[in-house]
Amino acid sequence: MLRTEEMLLNVGPQHPSTHGVFRLVLKIDGEIIKEAKPVIGYLHRGTEKLAENLQYTQIIPYTDRLDYLAAMTNNYVLCHAVETMMDLKIPDRAEYLRVIAMELGRVASHLVWWGTYLLDIGAVSPFLYAFREREMIINMLNELSGARLTFNYMRVGGVKWDAPEGWIEKVGEFIPYMREQLKGYHDLVTGNEIFMNRVKGVGRYTKEDAINYSLSGANLRCTGVKWDLRKDEPYSIYDRFDFDVPVQEGGDAWARYHVRLAELEESLKILEQAVEQFPKEGEILAKVPKIIKAPKGEAYVRIESPRGEIGCYIASDGKKEPYRLKFRRPSFYNLQILPKLLEGENIANLIAILGAIDIVLGEVDG
Amino acid sequence: MVEALLQSQPGLLNFGIFFLLATVLLLVVLGFVTYAILAERKVMGFMQLRHGPNQVGGRWGLLQTVADVLKLLLKEDTIPKLADRPLFILAPVIAFAPAFMVLATIPLTDHLQFADIGVGLLYYIAISGLTTVGVVTGGWASNNKYALLGGMRAAAQMISYEIPLVMSVIGVILFAGSLNLNDIVAAQDDQGWFILWQPIAFLVFIIASVAELNRTPFDLPEAESELVAGFHVEYSGFRWAFFMLAEYVYLFAMASLTTVLFLGGWLPPFDFLGFIPGAVWFALKFSVVIFFLVWIRVTFPRLRADQLMEFGWKVLLPVALANIFLTALVKELLKLF
Repeated sequence: MLRTEEMLLNVGPQHPSTHGVFRLVLKIDGEIIKEAKPVIGYLHRGTEKLAENLQYTQIIPYTDRLDYLAAMTNNYVLCHAVETMMDLKIPDRAEYLRVIAMELGRVASHLVWWGTYLLDIGAVSPFLYAFREREMIINMLNELSGARLTFNYMRVGGVKWDAPEGWIEKVGEFIPYMREQLKGYHDLVTGNEIFMNRVKGVGRYTKEDAINYSLSGANLRCTGVKWDLRKDEPYSIYDRFDFDVPVQEGGDAWARYHVRLAELEESLKILEQAVEQFPKEGEILAKVPKIIKAPKGEAYVRIESPRGEIGCYIASDGKKEPYRLKFRRPSFYNLQILPKLLEGENIANLIAILGAIDIVLGEVDG
Repeated sequence: MVEALLQSQPGLLNFGIFFLLATVLLLVVLGFVTYAILAERKVMGFMQLRHGPNQVGGRWGLLQTVADVLKLLLKEDTIPKLADRPLFILAPVIAFAPAFMVLATIPLTDHLQFADIGVGLLYYIAISGLTTVGVVTGGWASNNKYALLGGMRAAAQMISYEIPLVMSVIGVILFAGSLNLNDIVAAQDDQGWFILWQPIAFLVFIIASVAELNRTPFDLPEAESELVAGFHVEYSGFRWAFFMLAEYVYLFAMASLTTVLFLGGWLPPFDFLGFIPGAVWFALKFSVVIFFLVWIRVTFPRLRADQLMEFGWKVLLPVALANIFLTALVKELLKLF
């Protein structure tokens, strides 16, 4: 007797394309996904709870390990929150170093996304090209902070290290090189018929959906919502730079691809201006007490990470440790729309949809 | 020589000679496959800003593949508990054997060919179709959902692309007037290479053969990023190596067939270059085809399963059919003038 039945398929946690230890429990009918249930928490380290017993400076290394592809923004959001509570004035040179580090991080992060997304789609070479450029950024950040991924670079009131001699010029030289490579990326991938067929119209959602699911970053801007905290709620010194917020209307993976690649160019624009305006001298750390104590009260700050809106909430009772620390981790929020996107989809689109969201499991699991 | 032996009385001596010849062919092919894998890795490395193998066997990594195969031989042979044991063991053999069988008919030069049979091309296509059975069997017997998905995809894909492959070859057969591979090369001596006469057939053939070989952009049966490894996900050690070897022997066979059908086999491109032996020309053309296949692999992303089917049935097949019609028309017109 012939019959058909639903099949339960486990994707992950050990799967090459889930970008870490992410698990999806799929109910599939033939090739159609009936239900998708994400299972997370394999990388949960309890950062927020750990932070309650740590001094503010000691928390910074933990933020490196959240979104390990763009650790500079995570460093910054924590320092920014404490600085907001303490009402600190940050020296100019420190702010410029921070912005340059963060934008380099954004470029590196988007490069990893671009490379791994193409790897998911089945093209191996772009991954290696992206990593060639990323390696240069990582090396520059290494020279700046002494680490390749977990920088632990920012401090409450400024940054830990000044730029080594000739470093700013190096960043300046990198910008035209990167622009040239970006053209190559477009030549190799963007116009490729196979690639277009794989991503166009895949994983489409509307503006309302995006807002209701509280998506942010490229996942929001691909639906036509022009919302970038660097522009709309300028923090640090972002109001001094002239750049655009790339927006697409499509709401599909193709639109997200374009938003991210355009963001790379905008980041390069910011970098170019920051390198130009970089103050010759100045302090890199504000006058802060040896032991930092945030005043009693609470604060919530949010900034634009490569993945979206990253927020940091601190409740302090005036001690040197926070009473409660909470991160709004953009990957975690962005991932929530996945079950909705996958329902009724062909299983062949699964990887293309998951990859386009751009998650980092360290951040999803906190 | 082979001709005379085939006509003679069967005996122990004949058997011995044939056995020896077959062994020599096997060794030649295995030796080639060893270095084809190395060449592919080197070319891929060159295109992807890497070095490729450069440790085992000097700075060119000349012994890398040998070391890899030895390692696979030494690995523990695991069979999943719930697998269909006999089928699981049989599948790599079914996939592997035809890969070698097809090589017998390929004329490497005008003298070096192991079986000069009248329907060489038909034989090639018929035998190569058997590999699909091995792949599906392997996918089914593994008792793994990913392997099953990969096996099913492989079956659908290989069958769908075999049809345009055969159809594209018919144009060549019409021009050459023969299914014998030797005659096809000889016909190209008179008429010029068939890549000039049959450009459409050549395109369809190359695309369909990449799909037959399960290589990017048609590597869905073993799509690493989706199905982990597809039909051979449960295989390890030498059983896995059999699948891998089959794939590379097919690469050898397909590139040889492309050379024979479209690039004039062992013929030199111009008559005055005839002093260079045919084997050199064959090797050169063959290497160009291999390089082209590696190049494709490095450049393209993967198609989606449904798009793959659509492309095969809705684009390649009609084009191949139109090509047959066109070829017949051209041939008739040529006769008139």
